[in-house]
Amino acid sequence: MARKPLLEMENISRVFPGIRANDGICLQLFSGEVLALLGENGAGKTTLMNILFGMYQPSSGSIRLRGKSPGRLSPTKALQMGIGMVQQHFSLVPSFSVAENITLGWKTRSNREMLRGVERKIQQLGAHFGLPVDPRAKVWTLSVGEKQRVEILKLLFTGAQILVLDEPTAVLTPGESQQLLAAIRKMVRQGSGVIFISHKLEEVLSISDRIVVLRHGKVVGTVDRSEADETTLVKMMMGHEPEPLALLPSPPRGLPRLEVKGLQVKNDRGHLAIRNLSLEVQRGEILGLAGVSGNGQRELAQALYGLRRVVSGSISLDGISLESGNVHQRILHRFSYIPADRKGVASCPNLSVRENLSLKKRLPPVRNGKQNPLIRTFSIQVASEKMPVRLLSGGNLQKVIVARELSAKPTFILADNPTWGLDIQTTGLVSRILREEAKRGTAILLISSDLEELFRLSDRIAVLFEGSIMGYAPPDRTYREKIGRMMAGIQGESGEDA
Amino acid sequence: MKLQLEKRLRLPRFAWFTVPLYSLAFAFGVMFFVLAFFYLGQEQAAGTAFSRSGFALVSLLSTPFSSWFGFFGSLTHMVPLALVALGLSVAYRVKAWNIGGEGQMYLGAMAATWGALFLFPGVSRPWVMLPLLCAMGLAGGAFWALLPALMKAFLRTDEIVVTLMLNYVALFWADFLVNGPWKNPAGFGFPGTASFGVSARFPTVFGGQLHTGFFLPLLVAVLLLLLQQKSAWGFRSRIVGDNPLAARYAGISVRRTGAMALLASGALSGLAGAVQMMGVQHSFQQGFSSGYGYTAIIVAWLARLNPLGILLVSFLFGGMQMGNSSLQMFHGVPSALTPTLQALLLFSLLGGESLSRFRIRWKKPGEVADHG
Amino acid sequence: MGETGVFLVSVLGAAIQSGTPLLFAVLGTILVERSGVMNLGLEGLMLVGALAGFAAASVTSNLLLAILFAMMAGALLGLLHALFCVVLRINQVVSGLAITLLGSGITGLWGTRFAGTTAARFVPVKLPLLGDIPVLGQIFFGHDVLVYVALGLVPLLWFFLYRTRFGMNLRAVGEEPRAADSRGIDVYRVRFLYTIGGSAITALGGAYLSLAANSLWMDNLTAGRGWIAIALALFAGWDPVKALLGATLFGGISALGFHLQAFGVPVSPYLLKMLPYLLTIGVLALTSSERSRRKLGTPSSLGIPYSREERM
Repeated sequence: MARKPLLEMENISRVFPGIRANDGICLQLFSGEVLALLGENGAGKTTLMNILFGMYQPSSGSIRLRGKSPGRLSPTKALQMGIGMVQQHFSLVPSFSVAENITLGWKTRSNREMLRGVERKIQQLGAHFGLPVDPRAKVWTLSVGEKQRVEILKLLFTGAQILVLDEPTAVLTPGESQQLLAAIRKMVRQGSGVIFISHKLEEVLSISDRIVVLRHGKVVGTVDRSEADETTLVKMMMGHEPEPLALLPSPPRGLPRLEVKGLQVKNDRGHLAIRNLSLEVQRGEILGLAGVSGNGQRELAQALYGLRRVVSGSISLDGISLESGNVHQRILHRFSYIPADRKGVASCPNLSVRENLSLKKRLPPVRNGKQNPLIRTFSIQVASEKMPVRLLSGGNLQKVIVARELSAKPTFILADNPTWGLDIQTTGLVSRILREEAKRGTAILLISSDLEELFRLSDRIAVLFEGSIMGYAPPDRTYREKIGRMMAGIQGESGEDA
Repeated sequence: MKLQLEKRLRLPRFAWFTVPLYSLAFAFGVMFFVLAFFYLGQEQAAGTAFSRSGFALVSLLSTPFSSWFGFFGSLTHMVPLALVALGLSVAYRVKAWNIGGEGQMYLGAMAATWGALFLFPGVSRPWVMLPLLCAMGLAGGAFWALLPALMKAFLRTDEIVVTLMLNYVALFWADFLVNGPWKNPAGFGFPGTASFGVSARFPTVFGGQLHTGFFLPLLVAVLLLLLQQKSAWGFRSRIVGDNPLAARYAGISVRRTGAMALLASGALSGLAGAVQMMGVQHSFQQGFSSGYGYTAIIVAWLARLNPLGILLVSFLFGGMQMGNSSLQMFHGVPSALTPTLQALLLFSLLGGESLSRFRIRWKKPGEVADHG
Repeated sequence: MGETGVFLVSVLGAAIQSGTPLLFAVLGTILVERSGVMNLGLEGLMLVGALAGFAAASVTSNLLLAILFAMMAGALLGLLHALFCVVLRINQVVSGLAITLLGSGITGLWGTRFAGTTAARFVPVKLPLLGDIPVLGQIFFGHDVLVYVALGLVPLLWFFLYRTRFGMNLRAVGEEPRAADSRGIDVYRVRFLYTIGGSAITALGGAYLSLAANSLWMDNLTAGRGWIAIALALFAGWDPVKALLGATLFGGISALGFHLQAFGVPVSPYLLKMLPYLLTIGVLALTSSERSRRKLGTPSSLGIPYSREERM
């Protein structure tokens, strides 16, 4: 069937310093279809969509809308051209009603009649597409699912023909997800095209007409729904990699050091991000936690460390119950935490390097003329340790934080993507230190979106999906596909693995 | 075409010096014309107006340095300013915006008066009385900061408006006391209390020109410097002030730190009030503070919350206050000169510093920032 | 009408009148703060408006010109505040306080010339038909023109805020600037313009004091009304109708004081003076919860203690 595509992205590449986020991507979207964009973290999906939406410019390649080039895109222009994106952060005015939020920014003179008209249309569209929302309800009273519907309705009102939905079901309950998927099917029947970004295979298979799989910035393949199944998709997503390093032998099992039972944690929106999660980390073990980011890793780490309150469940370290929200207790028991957002959360930009290195200690560092030995050990490039930390390069800042957390003879280390942003040498150093700590008897929970790192360092790998542990696997590359399935939401063998 | 202000990545080498200089020049320039306009309004010829304006400004600024009288007077005016500003700096460092310095000062003065006249009138030894009254001043000021501190800690209420409102409550409470129960029966009907006993007054030095309470701001400034750099509390405050998220991460309670800071700053403002009672007025009268609480906010800001800077700026501002009084007496310059100049200085310095961080650029239409 | 009736009527009438400068000040502040800019400079704005109005009336004897001049003066100071807070993003608290200081300083300086003089004055004008209505007439319709202007502004502002596109944009900018920005509303421009406009209206409140309530200029004419107005804006939740009630209430408190004393009821005048401020603290305590904030449509950059760009 020779029909003109709504959207054509040809040979799109986007280079950032040091990375090719998108490499020669070709993609077409036809009217009336749902195109799924599938891929792991860092595969390049978000960058690609940001280019489509005009937030970035491609380093090379071109975009055509209905065969014509739109010129240089900006978010405003993209909206005008009928491209709309529903993101994870909503921009709605809480005290306004749904209808008022939709009409915000319209240039026409407002009056009662127009508003009534809009309300009627909202009800019509809502009923038609299965996105029911009370047009007069104030936004602050709406649930997350309802707010998302308002965002979608906003786009429909602007006449968007191309809708991009970025992990839309991440914030929804299963029931709401079903409603959304049904609504999407109805929308495309009207002639729009929808790009659906997700890592959840079940959803992708249930809703898409065609599937584009990205890996490392390149298109691995474009398949029709009829030709796709879980196995092929997982194979495409994960790929086959050569084996770089030999595996280290697992240490003997000891007593559980960290015990988590039935943990429930809410995210910022008030939804459960961690559902009934239980795990154990043994003394001297490195437990790797795999999973696509956004499945509750952040909330889990924060709850374990005490930065986020626990709804129910228990956490105990060496048999001592850790109080919900009490960071100080953790620090006293030598619980180290390397957060994912190191710059924003774990360092003080205007304090000196020396002060940041002793951030968690009660007293400021003593001036004894000797340089902090950590600077040498971690090759932190600084002119002087009195420099304020905001002048450090990104990589050096990471080193400061990692150095601080790994050197205080901890009993437990919670590391969230610890080598992200580090050069090869320091990555090797961190890996070595983690291994040495494990040998010393420290229990380590290593959260990472990089499977290779997990294979290299962990003794066991657990997979986190939608707030629960999907299953476990040994750090053996032959289990790669199995892990991939678990990461994508397909049930694996739960329970301990041999 | 749009006018855009872009942040400069690095300032030119001598900016730390030239920017304030230009700002000062600007402020004084504007003040010169404002003052001249005042004289013109007084039916003066243009030439006279300008020369008188220049003269007034010069004498105002040179007051602390032109005579011993001016010098000691400036120091005297500096004391309450510096104490309140030092207290405010403690709070502002952790982003606890205490605007209630004035009210807290009143409470400290009231507490000291209460102690001197009603609680411990019999204490005759100054070495007991003076520290006792200082303690009461600290307690009075802290008491007045307690409500905003509690509201901030437990209700997450913004302390700005609460402390501001309490200023007025304090004022009227003082009015009530001074016109009612505390009124001096032998005072010819003036609203004010009886005078403090000898033991409740700071002894003076330099032939009566300077009271010994003057050492307190110096002491407090040094203490604060030491605490900020060396103590656990100082370290924690710096962390909270720099990055509250990192403070949480380090196990520091941001809310508690903020509340404590409010209490501490209230206490210091209270001390300022008590010191004024013991050193200058020797009795509690209506309107004893000429807006020190508000001026101190500006002092703290201009000095960038640095204790030594605060001493310097409050000395200069104290000098202006002193200079204005004599100018008022001898040259008919109204007391409104000082606040005007202070406001101009604040605006110019703040504005100058801000402007120097930006570069003005024209943005061509269609150009979108590339977030490479 | 019995004695109580007479009492009430005169109190209410006096309340409306003495609440008028407050009302102007609050209505102006509502515009400014609804855009998200904190305005602590009210006292300075009112003083400047009072002096400018009086000076113009004194020189030209033209009351209309005086009003315009007062508003212009307010707009100028407002421009300064807008430049500092919106363009240069300096701490709004400090800027507002500096405006107050500047306002009171400059008026103190330039006003000495006018101290002790009089100028043209707004006199009470009884409205022809309405003023004859028995009770309401005395309360509402026996005042001078400016009072009517202020009273008229209330429904006008209410309509503007809640029933027009511009008002909606303004509210969006204050409550959720990101949302407004994403819909193509220029947040900076909105804040800038409304800060200037709101300041002009606030200055009118001061002009009322020097041109209508009395006909004079003296140092510190406003006697702290600016600060009360700040409290009032919060108390009224930035809503014009509530502002009217609040202004009448706060203005009435002092009127009440006088009247009560005249009637021999012992009420401490000091307690009465404290009342507006204490009330505001109470209101703050009650409305600080996140839920209240969202429900009331509190402008987001005010009253919430997390560190935002505008604050520091």
